[in-house]
Amino acid sequence: MEFAELIKTPRVDNVVLHRPFYPAVEGTLCLTGHHLILSSRQDNTEELWLLHSNIDAIDKRFVGPLGTIIIKCKDFRIIQLDIPGMEECLNIASSIEALSTLDSITLMYPFFYRPMFEVIEDGWHSFLPEQEFELYSSAISEWRLSYVNKEFSVCPSYPPAVIVPKAIDDDALRKVATFRHGGRFPVLSYYHKKNGMVIMRSGQPLTGTNGRRCKEDEKLINATLRAGKRGYIIDTRPLNVAQQARAKGGGFEQEAHYPQWRRIHKSIERYHILQESLIKLVESCNDQTQNMDRWLSKLEASNWLTHIKEILTTACLAAQCLDREGASILIHGTEGTDSTLQVTSLAQIILEPRSRTIRGFEALIEREWLQAGHPFQQRCAQSAYCNSKQKWESPVFLLFLDCVWQILRQFPCSFEFNENFLIMLFEHAYASQFGTFLGNNESERCKLKLQQKTMSLWSWVNRPSELSKFTNPLFEANNLVIWPSVAPQSLQLWEGIFLRWNRSSKYLDEAYEEMVNIIEYNKELQAKVNLLRRQLAELETEDGVQESP
Amino acid sequence: QVEQVKLLDRFSTSNKSLTGTLYLTATHLLFIDAHQKETWILHHHIASVEKLALTTSGCPLVIQCKNFRTVHFIVPRERDCHDIYNSLLQLSKQAKYEDLYAFSYNPKQNDAERLRGWELIDLAEEYKRMGVPNSNWQLSDANREYKICETYPRELYVPRIASKPIIVGSSKFRSKGRFPVLSYYHQSKEAAICRCSQPLSGFSARCLEDEHLLQAISKANPANRYMYVMDTRPRLNAMANRAAGKGYENEDNYSNIRFQFVGIENIHVMRSSLQKLLEVNGTKGLSVNDFYSGLESSGWLRHIKAVMDAAIFLAKAIEAESASVLVHCSDGWDRTSQVCSLGSLLLDPYYRTIRGFMVLIEKDWISFGHKFSERCGHLDGDPKEVSPVFTQFLECVWHLTEQFPQAFEFNEAFLLQIHEHIHSCQFGNFIANCQKEREELKLKEKTYSLWPFLLDDQKKYLNPLYSSQSQKLAVLEPNTVSFNFKFWRNMYHQFDRTLHPRQSVFNIIMNMNEQNKQLEKDIKDLESQIKQRKTKQTDGILSKELLNSVRPESPALKATLSLKEQALLPVNNVLRTIEGSSPADNRYSEYADEFSKAEPAVVSLEYGVARMTC
Repeated sequence: MEFAELIKTPRVDNVVLHRPFYPAVEGTLCLTGHHLILSSRQDNTEELWLLHSNIDAIDKRFVGPLGTIIIKCKDFRIIQLDIPGMEECLNIASSIEALSTLDSITLMYPFFYRPMFEVIEDGWHSFLPEQEFELYSSAISEWRLSYVNKEFSVCPSYPPAVIVPKAIDDDALRKVATFRHGGRFPVLSYYHKKNGMVIMRSGQPLTGTNGRRCKEDEKLINATLRAGKRGYIIDTRPLNVAQQARAKGGGFEQEAHYPQWRRIHKSIERYHILQESLIKLVESCNDQTQNMDRWLSKLEASNWLTHIKEILTTACLAAQCLDREGASILIHGTEGTDSTLQVTSLAQIILEPRSRTIRGFEALIEREWLQAGHPFQQRCAQSAYCNSKQKWESPVFLLFLDCVWQILRQFPCSFEFNENFLIMLFEHAYASQFGTFLGNNESERCKLKLQQKTMSLWSWVNRPSELSKFTNPLFEANNLVIWPSVAPQSLQLWEGIFLRWNRSSKYLDEAYEEMVNIIEYNKELQAKVNLLRRQLAELETEDGVQESP
Repeated sequence: QVEQVKLLDRFSTSNKSLTGTLYLTATHLLFIDAHQKETWILHHHIASVEKLALTTSGCPLVIQCKNFRTVHFIVPRERDCHDIYNSLLQLSKQAKYEDLYAFSYNPKQNDAERLRGWELIDLAEEYKRMGVPNSNWQLSDANREYKICETYPRELYVPRIASKPIIVGSSKFRSKGRFPVLSYYHQSKEAAICRCSQPLSGFSARCLEDEHLLQAISKANPANRYMYVMDTRPRLNAMANRAAGKGYENEDNYSNIRFQFVGIENIHVMRSSLQKLLEVNGTKGLSVNDFYSGLESSGWLRHIKAVMDAAIFLAKAIEAESASVLVHCSDGWDRTSQVCSLGSLLLDPYYRTIRGFMVLIEKDWISFGHKFSERCGHLDGDPKEVSPVFTQFLECVWHLTEQFPQAFEFNEAFLLQIHEHIHSCQFGNFIANCQKEREELKLKEKTYSLWPFLLDDQKKYLNPLYSSQSQKLAVLEPNTVSFNFKFWRNMYHQFDRTLHPRQSVFNIIMNMNEQNKQLEKDIKDLESQIKQRKTKQTDGILSKELLNSVRPESPALKATLSLKEQALLPVNNVLRTIEGSSPADNRYSEYADEFSKAEPAVVSLEYGVARMTC
């Protein structure tokens, strides 16, 4: 298929672009295979350069011969294009619609994007499982790297290499995989160096209504316990939901078969409930006219912050079991690809200083989200403006980023990255020139040959010129466990995401710059003082030498 | 003194507590826990004391403070509890002004210092700064002896063409005699903010003098002959007042006025709104939904927005239309003070400095008779007169500092400190209800002024990001879309440390700014020392060559050098303290808590507050 077939009118003059907080711009609109471009007529500068894949929904309106297209983006921005001529307008609208909903992944922009920068380090090889395992290996004698899933045959959503207890051989893993949802047998997610305790994650056990059991499964997770110690199983579903799951062949670990484990049920929502929550929240944030009562009641009704609180609370609970109780934990929900990953990754943010650095956080996303098989393609296909009630879309990853932002707000000096880094990740998860977030799991990414055909996001981000934008000037490495407050009074709406296009942030940006200036100036002064000190000391010794004879 | 008293954590669901000793002094309630940590509570700060039903561990006593601290004690013996309860009831509610803390507070200053403190803020000076008196405005001596209006200050500015009979006539037509006077004069626009109380118009009454006075105000503005009259009450309230012979201006009777209601609710609505807000926030195990629906139903942020919108309307009239504005409500000392002071703050950058803010409070609140003692409940009086009107003003200012982080010389701590002292009765400024009462109480001779103490401590209250240069911020134009109004956690949960961010960017930047100043000085010192050395060396070489003499090294120089080196400790060690960061402080552990109780083998989750430094 040629893109040209989809582009009925590649170019329209005298188009007026309206964006909030900017003056309207008149210019020429061009459609290419992957972009919508508007260049100003006066000076030919590009005013707008929008990826089709970033478009979530469009609305058309006509007043006489003047057509208006309202473009709603996945990053929640809304822009308006006034296009003279009904035919042109209709053509543009249908082209955008077609181009923003391409079926085939291989037609997506990452397969066409050619980087204009020099690749210093190939991001596809930055976080290999072997390297990540190396980081632990000095402390680990009870774990091994297994390639049982090399062909993706044991678990299609797992990567080829997973970390499992040393005592369990690959045959046993294959058996366990048949007992767990999606073949997702328990694997190591995090190893707590302080006390050797671990977080494992998996899919739900397939006990069904007749209480099936699997000796290998029990053996596997018991292998992580020290003698006489107990562990916790955190099921991210409420007990009744877990019970209902038995009717569909799923279920939860029975006390009788797992006597050394204590099960805790939490209730983290999934799928369309989260999606609806996002739709409501964004709709409310976009309404500038509502009065205070309406705003507060809509904010409440969206339940977004309730979800944040629930996820954070569960992550804190997991971290607490590990760090304070000295117990290992297994976390799962149903599939183990959504709420499970939110909890395991946030627990690491709380416990592990490395995951609060830029590189460590990238490694965390690579390990706990991409390799762990969070279905980005399905979850991020549409955002807050979608009206198709598809079952798979859900802002699971955005909620995770929001939770990280909440912790960042409470510990502003403990993270090497700043808010912009999180916003950038959100944008790229939904629409990107890079291949990193394409596909639903490693197996799909391999088939698509993403490593050969597309560029990794990390190749771009980890260049010094980009990194400087994402670095937190207040960062001071902090080796502690950081316990956030989860009280409603401590949780806030993430304005940088949800109000980003709805208010001018000029004064806040200026204040941030001033803060950076103060910090830079401080460094400069310190360096100068040290230099002068040295000079003076040298002069003194010289003096001493001169004076001594 | 009572021993073995338990202080409960306000939000803990597991009844975590600290055991210690409770002391009652003449002025404070003091609790010292086992770690020798002291909690001081001023009796005047106590808003309510409540004795709950006896429990197995003792008698619970809940104390709510006006600065939003809530403490929950458990006293082992009921008799002790009863005694404390009764003493606190007495001590927290004084019958006479003379029994307030300010009359016994002695900061060891002599009379001259005390007087200088009181003269620090001089309103005559402030009117001069605004540019009055001038050809259109003059100082009136009509109220010199408080004869026309007891609740106004002695010195009032009125239009030059308004004669004394007109003033007297108008004052008789206004509630409590509070006739229209100047609150703020905008020099470049030649427009004025004036304030008064409601007219006694009833359904049809009119007063020619009052009409003349309003006309005089509009004539005093050569830039725009129209003036706005803002009634800050909701239309319904104002109409209801007509039945009582009060009301609002009839546009037909006054020439060149534009009349406008802005709809800020009265003191009773505000009081119960805050009450609801505090109830919601005090709930243990509060859910997000309950928090937001409570925030909504309390109406608190709606009221804050209403005050802010009114002030913006006022500032716009002056800035965009050069029109003078007359503001009133019922008596003209609550909503009117809020709107006039906030409007001036939006228009004039001076009021956004530390000293300017003090002047603003002195002018629009203290001198124009905001009834601080009644609104703050300083004395045992009518609880229906208590209302958080001034707190709302501070909250509006806080919202502005959030939207314009570089526009204010002071920081949040400054606002909180002022809020602390309107209730503390430690200084004389906020005692009594109007200037006349203050003079009768001889506050200037018997008590101290708060302002010099705040100025001495200025460092604590400086905003490190403040940029006085930014001329573009001359007039603030805040955005009042609902989502810009947030719950002010640092005010209403000031003392609930677990709810706050564990690291404060603000403090770090503030201290870094301080350190930068010190470093700049160090660099100067070092440079001059090096220069000295160098000249000495050249001198030395010269002298060696010429005289072959040796100079002894200055020991003083060496001493200063080593001192300086000590001073430059690693940055911000203390600043990066992560306060109270312990899982036991938070409430995600309920389940695990129960579990650990059932299973004694498992380590208990009850850890003390871990102080962690990085």
